[in-house]
Amino acid sequence: MLLFATRRFGLALLILIVAVTAMFLMIRAVPGDPVQIMLGPRATPELQARLTAELALDQPIWKQLLIFYGNLMQGDLGIDVFSGRSVTEIVFQQLPHTLWLILSSITWSAALGIALGAYAAAHPNTLIDRVTAAISVSFVAAPAFVVALLSLLIFAVNLQWFPAIGAGEGFWGRLNHLVLPAFAIGLSWVGYIARLVRASMLEVMGESHIRTARAFGINERRVVMVYALRIAILPVVTVIGVGMGFLLSSAVFAEIVFARPGLGKLVIDSITTRNYPIVMGSVLISTGLFVVSTALADLINAWLDPRARTAI
Amino acid sequence: MAKSRSELGQIITGVARDPLGLMGLIIVGTIVFCAIFAYWIVPFDPVGMNIKSRLQGPSWTHLLGTDQLGRDTFSRVIAGGQVALQVALPAVFGAMAIGLTLGMIAGYGPKWLDNLLMLLFDTIRSFPTVMFALAVVALVGPSLQTVVFVVMATSIPTYGRVARTQTLTLRNSEFILAERSMGASMTRILGVHMLPNIVGVLAVLAAMDIPTVIALEAGLSFLGLGVKPPTPSWGALLKDGYSLIRQTPWLVVGGGLPIILATLGFTFLGESLRDVVDPKLRKQR
Repeated sequence: MLLFATRRFGLALLILIVAVTAMFLMIRAVPGDPVQIMLGPRATPELQARLTAELALDQPIWKQLLIFYGNLMQGDLGIDVFSGRSVTEIVFQQLPHTLWLILSSITWSAALGIALGAYAAAHPNTLIDRVTAAISVSFVAAPAFVVALLSLLIFAVNLQWFPAIGAGEGFWGRLNHLVLPAFAIGLSWVGYIARLVRASMLEVMGESHIRTARAFGINERRVVMVYALRIAILPVVTVIGVGMGFLLSSAVFAEIVFARPGLGKLVIDSITTRNYPIVMGSVLISTGLFVVSTALADLINAWLDPRARTAI
Repeated sequence: MAKSRSELGQIITGVARDPLGLMGLIIVGTIVFCAIFAYWIVPFDPVGMNIKSRLQGPSWTHLLGTDQLGRDTFSRVIAGGQVALQVALPAVFGAMAIGLTLGMIAGYGPKWLDNLLMLLFDTIRSFPTVMFALAVVALVGPSLQTVVFVVMATSIPTYGRVARTQTLTLRNSEFILAERSMGASMTRILGVHMLPNIVGVLAVLAAMDIPTVIALEAGLSFLGLGVKPPTPSWGALLKDGYSLIRQTPWLVVGGGLPIILATLGFTFLGESLRDVVDPKLRKQR
């Protein structure tokens, strides 16, 4: 297990290094003077000279890369051209908003998805099972930002049940503002998780320890809820870990549609104002987050299921 | 290609026999038909403005109403399908071709090349798609080509990985060993004997990938970072609809429903295709 963990995180680190280097080179490969691009129409000769020195653009490329990594190790992703604040600080100020949104989305959808999937597996080929299956497929198919827009139209603009914009104040205010975006992000996951749990549940139900439990006369409800479900929800862990990037992408759209603060809004606003250091900083941090969560999911999976440890 | 005409016919019959597959076929068929014949179907010019009849509700002249510039929403929805497929088809087939080639090389070539390619695939997959798209758009500016490039780059690893796994399995099968012992060249083995066995699986993946691509194009256009106005993309319709959501609901409905329909259609078709082509795949995904 320790060996697996070391190797898995070694791979994650390697991937991160390649990804960060690739992104660094990509920024440098863009034609034109990066300082000019970053400053845009605001460029004055003094500002240009200062930024060129700050970014070490007068140095050879390998040295620039070294300096970039040196700064990265110290958590320095550069300075926002506008406000002069550190990019790391700005990004980490917005990150919690996005993480809360993702967490609440996945919590409700996983709970409902697992319940639906378990119920469908316990009653296979009944009408309810088929309806669940059809609904699952339809849910999987709905892109989050379209659901977000339609639910904004229906529940916020027309019915006015929920607020349309912002993140809210106080506990209940925040919760109230979370409902629609979390609904939009989570909807496609309900169906996905339900199908996953149903499939793995059916597999687990056929295994011998379930037969043994039944033979001991344990009632069916307890067999399903305790003995089968516990094992059947394992794949959900992996899927959520790997789906982190997908969740993050949906969160970007939900934040725009509902005008919520967060990483997505930060990036889009920065693109429109051509504030490149912030765009790159956000992309770097979200990529890091994604790589770590994938590795963690693999690790949890390996911990729960020893057979997965040889896969790397 | 090993797949004969009758085999293709069998696949289509198999899909049509499954109710969800039939629904998928009908939806996808309708979308493709509308996209091909968009020029003859649209009642108005999709980019033609008419300020006098702006922000109208649905009527017999304007089935889905008009937008803030008096453009006919129904015509824009139909023309939007063309844009969606113009992005999705080249992107998906490009990614499939490149992923297939790289995957087969990884599966058949030397170990170090395999490791290198897998690291490359893992790295590309480590960027959250939308974040990657935003970074690229920020650097090179929004356009139809940028969207196609982003989609291709991000989905190559998926095809590559599947092609690699398939190649690894086939590599030790008897007919390949026989072919090798007869002295067949690597290109012949890969191109003539392995390719037909891998393409089917990848085609299923491609069918299921198209909705993701359509959603990404629409999403970027919705953010104002995809195709440029006045091109009638579904995402652009949603963008206009979002800013006018309190004036008229019809733009959001007109832009949103086709995306959901297209996603449903291609997903149904893909799933049914998968069950017909290779039932074993059901468990792998």
